[in-house]
Amino acid sequence: MTDQTIQTISRDPAPTAPAHRAKARESTVLGLTRKDLTLLIVVAILTVFAPFILNPFPADSALAQFNAGYPDLMQRFVIFGIFAIGFNILFGLTGYLSFGHAAFLGVGSFAGVWMFKLLGMNVLYAIVASVAFAGLFSVVVGFVSLRRSGIYFSILTLAFAQMSFALAYSVLTPITGGETGLQLAKTDPRIFGQSIADDGNIPVPSFFGLEMRDSTTLYMGGWEFTLNVGYYLCAVVMLVAFYVAIRIFRSPFAMMLRAVKSNQQRMNYTGLNPKPYMLAAFVISGMYAGLAGGLMVSMDPLAGAERMQWTASGEVVLMTILGGAGTLIGPVLGAGFIKYFENIFSKINQATLEGWFSVFPDGLSDLLVTLVYPFVGKGWHLTLGILFMLVVIFLPGGLVQGGQKLATVFRRDKNANAVEGPAADQRSQAGE
Amino acid sequence: MTNKNVTRRGVIRTGAATGAGLALPTIFTGAAWSQGFTNEPTGDTVTLGFNVPQTGPYADEGADELRAFQLAVEHLNGEGDGGMLQTFSEKNLDGTGILGKRVEFVTGDTQTKSDAARASARSMIEKDGAVMISGGSSSGVAVAVQALCQEAGIIFMAGLTHSNDTTGKDRKANGFRHFFNSYMSGAALAPILAAQYGDNRKAYHLTADYNWGYTTEEAVRSSTEALGWETVAAVKTPLTQTDFSSYIAPVLGSGADVLVLNHYGGNMVNSLTNAVQFGLRQQEANGMPFEIVVPLYSELMARGAGENIAGILGSQNWDWKLENQLGAKYSGTNAFVQSFGEKYGFPPSQAAHTCYVQTLLYADAVTRAGSFQPCAVVEALEGFEFDGLGNGPTLYRAEDHQCFKDVVVVRGKENPENEFDLVEIVEVTPVEQVTYAPDHPQFAGGALGTCNNGA
Repeated sequence: MTDQTIQTISRDPAPTAPAHRAKARESTVLGLTRKDLTLLIVVAILTVFAPFILNPFPADSALAQFNAGYPDLMQRFVIFGIFAIGFNILFGLTGYLSFGHAAFLGVGSFAGVWMFKLLGMNVLYAIVASVAFAGLFSVVVGFVSLRRSGIYFSILTLAFAQMSFALAYSVLTPITGGETGLQLAKTDPRIFGQSIADDGNIPVPSFFGLEMRDSTTLYMGGWEFTLNVGYYLCAVVMLVAFYVAIRIFRSPFAMMLRAVKSNQQRMNYTGLNPKPYMLAAFVISGMYAGLAGGLMVSMDPLAGAERMQWTASGEVVLMTILGGAGTLIGPVLGAGFIKYFENIFSKINQATLEGWFSVFPDGLSDLLVTLVYPFVGKGWHLTLGILFMLVVIFLPGGLVQGGQKLATVFRRDKNANAVEGPAADQRSQAGE
Repeated sequence: MTNKNVTRRGVIRTGAATGAGLALPTIFTGAAWSQGFTNEPTGDTVTLGFNVPQTGPYADEGADELRAFQLAVEHLNGEGDGGMLQTFSEKNLDGTGILGKRVEFVTGDTQTKSDAARASARSMIEKDGAVMISGGSSSGVAVAVQALCQEAGIIFMAGLTHSNDTTGKDRKANGFRHFFNSYMSGAALAPILAAQYGDNRKAYHLTADYNWGYTTEEAVRSSTEALGWETVAAVKTPLTQTDFSSYIAPVLGSGADVLVLNHYGGNMVNSLTNAVQFGLRQQEANGMPFEIVVPLYSELMARGAGENIAGILGSQNWDWKLENQLGAKYSGTNAFVQSFGEKYGFPPSQAAHTCYVQTLLYADAVTRAGSFQPCAVVEALEGFEFDGLGNGPTLYRAEDHQCFKDVVVVRGKENPENEFDLVEIVEVTPVEQVTYAPDHPQFAGGALGTCNNGA
C-alpha cells in the first residue's frame, strides 16, 4: 500500500516502478502476476462449475428452495458481476461515485434489442452494439459530469440517468417501447437473419446457431444440474471482462486513477491533467455496463425502461460496496449476494414458512412464522438492508475483507499476505 | 522458474476447464430434450405459476388475485365447497386436480415492472417447472410475460390486463385473456354517457402516460366522438404522479364539461380525489353540470377513493352483485362470492374473479385436451364457448384469444351501506355491442403466430 502511494506522487509511475515489480511482470503468463492468475483461475473454476456448486440440495428436498443453479439466476450472477466489475473500475479506483450507471446498462440493452430487430438474432450483433452505444453515451455523460467531483458528480450522473429513464418511459416510446418495454416482433426486418423462424415464431437469440435458451439437465441421484448455453456464453464473457479488469487494475493507468482518488489536487500541482484519465475510466466502466445490458437482452430479448431507474443504479453501488470496492473479486461477490437475495429469499412465502415450522407445536410455529415472515418474501429488502449495514459497519472492506479475516484466523498467521487487502484498506481509509 | 511452471499449469487448467464447460452443453443438447414440451409434469403433481404484483402501485389488486388463485387451486384439488365448478357449463373438473394430478402453485412478485415480472416468470419456468403462468396486474407486464411464455412454450392465462394491445398488436398464440379491454369499455360506456349527459358534450382527457392509458383514451375518444362528443384536449400524466392538482386546474378554463380520467389504481384514486376537491362536480360548464368519467373501474379503487367516487360512471368486467341484481344469466357469481367470502371475509374484486376463472378455464382445457401440451390446450381454448362463470355466455375467440362477454357499466353509490358496496350496476351492455372485428384498427398489427410447445 505504501509503495503505491509513493508511486502516485511520482510524475511518471512506469519507469520508477520498483525493480522487483518489473521483474515480477516479466515472469508472468497472460501478463498476470502469480497471485492474480490464481485469482483468475479460481474465478474460472467457480463459474464453470457454478451449475453444480449452486445446486447443493437434491431437487425434491425441502432445501431445494435455496438452490440457485437455474439458468436465469446464474446468468444474472455473471451479468451483474460484469456490471459491478465495470462500476468498480470507476468507483473503486477513482472514488468517483456514479449514481447513474444503470443508464448505460439500459442504453446497451436497447441497442442490443434493436440489433436483434434490425440485423439478426446472433448475440454478437447485440453485444458489439451494446458496448459501442453505451460507450458513446458515456462519453457524453462523462464529459459533462466530470466537470465536477464529489457529490456534485454523483448528482449529475443521477440526473442523467433519471432523465434517460423518463425519456425511455414516455417520450421515446417509439424507440424504447415505453412502459411495455422494447420487444421483438414478427414484422422486424432482421436483414441478416429470418424475420420469422421456421416454426412460425420469433426466432430466439443464438450464437452462430447455438441457441441461448438451450439447456441440458443432468440427473445424478436426487440432484438435477442444468447446463445452459446462455450461461456459459455469459461466463466466458465475464471471465474475459474480469481478466481485462485485472490488467487495468495492475496498469500504470490505474495508478493514475488511484492518484486521483488519493489526492487530486496534488496531482494537479505536479502538472498532470486528470481529466483524460477520468473520462477514460468513466467510458470503460460505461462500456462494461453496456456489455452487461447487451448480455441481458441476449439472454432474454426484452428491454424495459425500468432497468435505467435510479434504484438500478443504486443496486450496483450496493453490490460494489457490499463485496468490497477497489478489490477485484469483491464486486462479483456483491452482485451474486444481492441477486441471490432478490431471487431466492423473495420467493419464500408464508406457506413455505408454515411448512418448515410445522414440526413445532402450533403456538410456537405460528410465533416463528410471525417472527421470520417480515424478513423473507416481500421483506427481503429488510434482510438485505440489515446485512448491508452490518457489512458496512464491521467490514468496511466488504465481503472480501470478511474473507481475509477468516483466512487469517485459520492460518493463525496474523501477518499473512492478504490477497487484496491493500485496495480494501485504501478504500476504507480514503473515507470518501 | 517455479513461478513459470505454476502459471503454465494454471493456464492449461483454466483452458481445459473452460473448454470442458463450453463443450458440455453442446454435447448433450438434443439428446436431453426427449421431453415433448417444456416442463411436462411427470410426477403426481402439476405446478402452476401465479405471478402478481405484491409490491408497487397495484399491490392491492395483486393480493386479491393471489387469494383467488389459492381458492381456485383448492377447488381444483377438491377442497372447499367447489365454487364455480358446480355452475361451470363444462363438467370435466371433478376435484381430483388436473388430469388426476394434484395442483401445486408457486408465487412471484412482478413489482409491476416488465423486467422483474419476466425474471420472476423465468424462475418459475426454469426452477419450479411451472407449466402455466397466470397473473399480472398491468398491461405492460402482461404483454412482457406473454411474450416470454410464447418463447418458452408455456401457456399464459392473463389476469388483470385491460389494454387493447394484449390481444391486439402484441397478441400471442400461447396467451389468453379473459378480462375485457379498452375498446369494450369505450363501446359500452359511450351510449350510456350520451344518454345520461347528452350528445353535445366536450371532453377533457387526463391519460396515464403508458400503453394502457393510450389505448383507453383512444377507445373512449373514438366511441364518444362517434356519438357527437368533442374532445377538447388530452393531456398525458406521468405514471408516478401522486398530486394531480396542476393537471386539474386548467380543466375548467378549457371549455370542457366532462373530465375523463384514463387512470388506474393509485393514479385514479389520487386524480379523482384532486378533481373532486377542486369542486369540479359542483361547477357548471357550457350550461351543463360538470361530470367526471372513469373508464375502468374497480371496487378496490372505489374503496381507495372513498366518497369521491359517488355518482361517477365507469365500466367493469364483472361485479359481485351481478347475479343478485340481474338474475340467473350470470350464474356462478354467487357461488364464487360465497366461497371467496367464506374464506376471506369480504367479496372478491373483478381482478380476483378473472384470475379464478382463468385458472378454471385452463384446468378445463387441459382436461378436454387430455394433455398439458401447450398446443393441445390452445386448440381446446380457441373458439371455446362456455357459461356459468359469472359473465353469462362467453366466447374465447380463436382469432385473437380474447374473451367476448357482456360489459358491466357501473356508478359510484351515493349512499353506500358498507365498504364493499360502493358501486351500483347501471346497465349491462350486451356482448354484441362490444364485439369488434379481429383486424379492427385499434387492434391491428398483431399476429398470433403458431403455438409453441417449447423444448
